[in-house]
Amino acid sequence: MNKKLLHSVREYKKESFLTPVLVAFEVLMEVLIPLLMADIIDIGITGGDMGYIIKTGVLLVVMAMLALFFGAKAGQMAAIASSGYAKNLRHDIFYKIQTFSFGNIDHFSTSSLVTRLTTDITNVQMAYMFSIRLLARAPFMIILSLVMTMTINMEIAVLLLITVPVLGGVLILIAKKAHPHFIQVFDEYDVLNNTVQENVNAARVVKAYVREEKEKEKFGKISMLVFKLFTRAEKIVAWNSPVMQFTMYAVVLAMVLIGGESIIGQTMQTGELTSVIVYALQILGCLMMVTFVFVQIMIAGASTDRISEVLDEIPEMEDASDALTEVPNGEIEFEHVNFSYTGKDGNLSLKDINLHIKTGQLVGIIGGTGSAKSTLVQLIPRLYDVTEGCVRVGGADVRKYALKQLRDQVSVVLQKNVLFTGSIYENVRWGDENASDEEVQRVCKLAQADGFIQEFPNKYETKIVEGGNNVSGGQKQRLCIARALLKKPKILILDDSTSAVDTRTDALIRKAFREEIPDTTKIIIAQRISSVEDADMIIVMENGEINGIGTSEELLKTNAIYREVYESQVKGGGEDE
Amino acid sequence: MNEKQKSAAGKGTLKTAKRLLRYVTGTYKIQFIVVLFCILISSIASISVSLSLKYLLDDFIIPLIGQQDPDYGELYGAMAVLGTVFLCGVIATFIYSRLMVTIGQGVLKRVRDEMFEHMQTLPIRYFDQHTNGSVMSLYTNDTDTLRQMISQSIPQVLMSMLTIIVTFISMLLLSPVLTILAVVMIGIMVLVSKTVSGNSGKYFIRQQLDLADVTGFVEERMNGQRVVKVFNHEQISEKEFDQLNERLFDSAANAHTFASIMGPIIGNLGNLQFVLTAVLGGFLSVAGIANITLGVMASYLQFTKSFTQPFMQIAQQFNSIIMALAGAERIFGMMDEEPEVDEGYVTLVNAKKDAEGNITECRERTGMWAWKHPHQADKSVTYTELKGDVRFYDMTFGYDADHMVLHDLSLYAKPGQKLAFVGSTGAGKTTVTNLINRFYDVADGKIRYDGININKIRKADLRRSLGIVLQDTHLFTGTIMENIRYGKLDATDEEVYNAAKLAHADHFIRMLPKGYDTQLSGDGEELSQGQRQLLAIARAAIADPPVLILDEATSSIDTRTESIVQKGMDNLMKGRTVFVIAHRLSTIRNSDAIMVLEHGRIIERGTHDELLAQRGTYYQLYTGKLELS
Repeated sequence: MNKKLLHSVREYKKESFLTPVLVAFEVLMEVLIPLLMADIIDIGITGGDMGYIIKTGVLLVVMAMLALFFGAKAGQMAAIASSGYAKNLRHDIFYKIQTFSFGNIDHFSTSSLVTRLTTDITNVQMAYMFSIRLLARAPFMIILSLVMTMTINMEIAVLLLITVPVLGGVLILIAKKAHPHFIQVFDEYDVLNNTVQENVNAARVVKAYVREEKEKEKFGKISMLVFKLFTRAEKIVAWNSPVMQFTMYAVVLAMVLIGGESIIGQTMQTGELTSVIVYALQILGCLMMVTFVFVQIMIAGASTDRISEVLDEIPEMEDASDALTEVPNGEIEFEHVNFSYTGKDGNLSLKDINLHIKTGQLVGIIGGTGSAKSTLVQLIPRLYDVTEGCVRVGGADVRKYALKQLRDQVSVVLQKNVLFTGSIYENVRWGDENASDEEVQRVCKLAQADGFIQEFPNKYETKIVEGGNNVSGGQKQRLCIARALLKKPKILILDDSTSAVDTRTDALIRKAFREEIPDTTKIIIAQRISSVEDADMIIVMENGEINGIGTSEELLKTNAIYREVYESQVKGGGEDE
Repeated sequence: MNEKQKSAAGKGTLKTAKRLLRYVTGTYKIQFIVVLFCILISSIASISVSLSLKYLLDDFIIPLIGQQDPDYGELYGAMAVLGTVFLCGVIATFIYSRLMVTIGQGVLKRVRDEMFEHMQTLPIRYFDQHTNGSVMSLYTNDTDTLRQMISQSIPQVLMSMLTIIVTFISMLLLSPVLTILAVVMIGIMVLVSKTVSGNSGKYFIRQQLDLADVTGFVEERMNGQRVVKVFNHEQISEKEFDQLNERLFDSAANAHTFASIMGPIIGNLGNLQFVLTAVLGGFLSVAGIANITLGVMASYLQFTKSFTQPFMQIAQQFNSIIMALAGAERIFGMMDEEPEVDEGYVTLVNAKKDAEGNITECRERTGMWAWKHPHQADKSVTYTELKGDVRFYDMTFGYDADHMVLHDLSLYAKPGQKLAFVGSTGAGKTTVTNLINRFYDVADGKIRYDGININKIRKADLRRSLGIVLQDTHLFTGTIMENIRYGKLDATDEEVYNAAKLAHADHFIRMLPKGYDTQLSGDGEELSQGQRQLLAIARAAIADPPVLILDEATSSIDTRTESIVQKGMDNLMKGRTVFVIAHRLSTIRNSDAIMVLEHGRIIERGTHDELLAQRGTYYQLYTGKLELS
C-alpha cells in the first residue's frame, strides 16, 4: 500500500495498532483451546474423569469468552480504524480539491473526482481492514503454531518450515501473474461502463437514429472481451485452491508417515499427532488468507494510485507571504498578455493583449465562439495565470494579491453557472454569509430578481433544487448576478450572464449598475449587441486577439465584425427595442 | 418495515434467488452438475482428513507399537488409498474452481447482455423517470456484487453445506442423543447470527444511504467547483462535507463491526458446544446411559470440533449474499420493465416511379422513399411517397394521466414548411416533438404523417424518416468522423466533410491537431458546447431526413456562427419539413408559421409579420417586453 496515503490514518493509529494486538491475543486463545480440547478427550473422556472434564471445561469456556472478547474487540477496532481511515482520506481529497486552481480542476473530470471520493476509497478501506486484521493474524498464527509443533516433533516442524515459504511463494506468484490481467480487465471494464453511460445519457439520440442494433453490437463486443479477459484472469487465480489443497494433503500424508514412525518408535503420543495436524492446517489456512488479502491489496493498488494523483497534484496558485489584501480601485490593465491553457509551449489562446480600463467604466466584450472572451476576463480575478505579460488590478500585478481578497473584490458571474441546493437566501448569501435579509433583497432588486422572487409562494425561502432546474434560465442568471453583487466588488464581470434574460430586463440591470454602483468597474460579455451597445468601451475579440476597441459608434465605422453582428441583429427589426 | 412487508420482501428475495439460479442452471446445466459433483468429492476428501486419522491410528499404527521389526506395508497401502482420495479431491477442486470461473463470468455476461439489450427496448419514459446514476449502478455496483456472490459465495456455501451434512450424518450415527444437543446449538447459532446480521444489515443499508448523500454532495460541489472558487466558499464547503463524512464513518464503522464480530461469536459458540458435549457425554458414559462408550465419545468430540467451521464460513458469506440478492432484485426489476410496444406495420422502403408514375418498391437506394402499407382486409399493398407532411388532429397528452401537458393541439406542416414553437419552459414545446417521433404516445387525437396515422408506422421506420437535434448534445466515444457518420452508417468520407461544412463545423474540426480523426471521449468534453452542437447538426444533416426537428439546436452557438449555420440548414431543408424550437427569436423569423404555446395550448399562430401585427404575446416577446422563462 502506498506509504504516503498512510499518513491519513492520523487519529485512528490507536485502533490500527490495537487491532493486531487484540488479534494476537485471539490467536493465542485459538491455539490454546485445541490443546484443552485434546486434554478433555485424552485425559478426561478416556480416563472417565468427570471432575477433570468439568474443570477443564470451565477453563475452556473462560478462554472461549476471552477469545470472543478479543475477537469481537479486534473486529470493532478494525472496523473503526478502516472506516476512520476512509473518512480521513475523503476529507484529505476534498480539502485538497478546495486548494485547486481552475488549471488544476481542468486536469480532472467531475466524474473521476467523484469516483475517487467513493469507489476508490471503499476499495482502499476494505484492503486496509483486511490488512490490519488478517496480516497480523497470519504471522502470529504461523509462529505460535510452529512453536507448538516444535515442542512436539522437530522433524514435522522442519517439514512445515520448508513448506510455508514454498507454498507462500507459489501463491504470491499466482497472484502476481494474475495482476496484470486484472489491470487489463479493469481497463476494459471502464470501457464497458462508459458505453453503458453513453447509452443511458444519449438514449434519445440512439432511438432517434434507430441505432439500437448498432449499440447492442458494440456492447456485445466489449462484453465478450470483458468475459474473455476476466475468465483468463480468474482462471489463473483458480489455481490457488487446488495448489493449496495439494500441499495440505501432501503435508498431512507426510506427517502421518513421520508421526506414525515416531508413534511406533514410541517417541510421540497419538494425541500429539492429532494436535500437530491441527496446527499444520491452521498454518496453511493462514497462508490462504494472506493470498486473499494480497489480491485485495493489488486491486486496491489501482485505487491508491488514483487517489495519490489527486493528493499529489500541486496547487498552481498560492499566496505570497507579503500578499496585498486591499484592492484600491477597479482599474484594470493588460500588458502584452499571452495565455495558453497548456503552458509555455502550448497553443496561445490569447495573443499580445493590451488593455486599459478605468475605474467605474462599463465595458462590453463581444466575439464569436472560441474567440477567447471568457479566457480574457478569467485572468482578472486570477482564475488562471498569464503565460507571459502581466495583468494589473488597482495598479498592482494580480499575482501580488492574496487570492481570497482579490476574488472578493473582483466578482465574476461565470458563463456555466451553478446554483446549489438550498433556499434563495442561502444561495445569494454565497456572496456574503453575514449579509442581512435586507441586504440580500437589495441586491436582488438590483439584479431585477426581486420581482419574480416575490411571486414565488415562499419568496426568498423558496428552495432551489440541485442544478437550479426549478427556476428558468433567465431567473437563474439574475440570481447569479445578485449573488455576485452581494460581494460589493470593485470589479464585476458578467460572462454571458444575461443571455436568457429579456432585453428590457437586461437594460434595467445595466441601468441599475450605472446608478447604484457607479464606482464599480463593470465588464459584460454578451452575444446581444443591445447588451453592450451603450458601454463606455466595447472590445471585439477574434481568435484570441483584440480586433477592435471603441464605442459602438466608432466600431460601426471601423470594425467589420462589429458591423456585421450589429446589422444581423439590429437592422432586421432585431431584438432591440 | 412492518411484518407484512417484511414477509413480502422475503418472498421476493426467494424468487430472485430462484431466478438467479436459473441463469446458472439454464446455460450451464451440465457444467453445474459437474461442479456439484466435484464439490461433493472435494468435501469428502477434506472431511476424510479427520475421519481417516482415527482409523490409520487405531488399525495401522497403534498395533505396530513396540514391534521389533514393524511391517509398514499395510500402513503404506492404507495411505496410498488415502492419497488417492486426496488426489481425487485436488483434481475435483481444480475442475470446479475453473468451471466456476466460466459459469460465473458467463452468467455475468449473460446478465449484462440481457440487461443492455432490454434497456435498448425500453421507452424514453423509463429514462425520464430514472436518474442516470441509478441505471448506471445496475451495471456497476449491482453486477459487481453478483460476481462476488457467484464466484465466491456459492461454492463456499455449497461446500460448507455438504460438509455440514456429512458431519451431521456421522454424528447422528455415532450418537443420536448427543446430536440433539448439536441441533439445539445449531438453533442458537442460527438465532444469534440472524440477530447480528440483522443489525449489520441495518447499518449496511444506512451506510449505502450515507454514501449516496456524500456522493450527491460531492457531485454537486465538484460540478460547481469553479463557483466555489470564485466565491471563496472553500471553507464552508469543507464544513458541510465534514458533517456528511462523519455520518458515513459512523454507519460504516457500525456495519463492519457487526459483520466482523459474527465470526468470533459463532466460533466460540462452537467451543461452548464442545464443552457442553464433553460434559454431557462424559456424564452419560460414566452413568452408562444411551450406550455411549468412551471410544464413541472421543470420535464424536472430534466431529464437534470441525462442525462449527462450515457454519462460520456460511455466516461470513451472509452479507455478500444479502447484498447480491438486493442487487439482483434491482437488475431483474429493470429487465421486467415493459418494453416499448410497436404495433406499426407500415414500413419505409426504397422506391422508384415507373413510366406511368406508379410507385414501386426496389432494392437499390434511389433517393426516393415510400411508405409500404399492407392492408389487412384485401391483402393488397399500397405505396405512398415519403414527403414529410405532418398533421396533428386535436391532440391531447400528459406524461401522467391526471396532468395534461398539451390540450387539443391541431396543426399541419406541409412538405417544405418551417414551423416554429415559442413558449416558456413547460409550455409543451419539447413534448410536441416527443410525440412526433413517438417517444411518447398521444392520449387522445392523432398525428398523420403523409396521411398515415403514425401509430401504424413501424417506429424504427418513423424515426429513420425524422432527423432530430436536441438541446443537450450527446456524442459518443470515437472519432469525430465516426460521430458524424452516426447519422448515416454507410456515408463516405466525402459525405461526412460535406455535412460538416454545412453545419459550419468543418473549419474548427480541421483546426484540431488530428482533424476528423480526433478522438472524442466522455461526451466530447474536450470540445466547447457550441462546437458539440455543430457536430450534432452535422450528424443530423448527413442523415438527410425529410423531416427535421431542431430543439434549441443552436442555443450555445454565437449569433454570427448561428446565422451562417442557419443559412446552410435552410439550403439543406429546401423542400423538407422543419420543426424548430428556439429561444432566440431571430432564428425563427423566416418560419412559415410560428406557434406560441402557453400551458399546452396554442395561443397565437401565424407568420412573423402577422404575429407582429397582432401585437400579442409574440410581439411582446420579440420586442423584449416579455421574457421567455
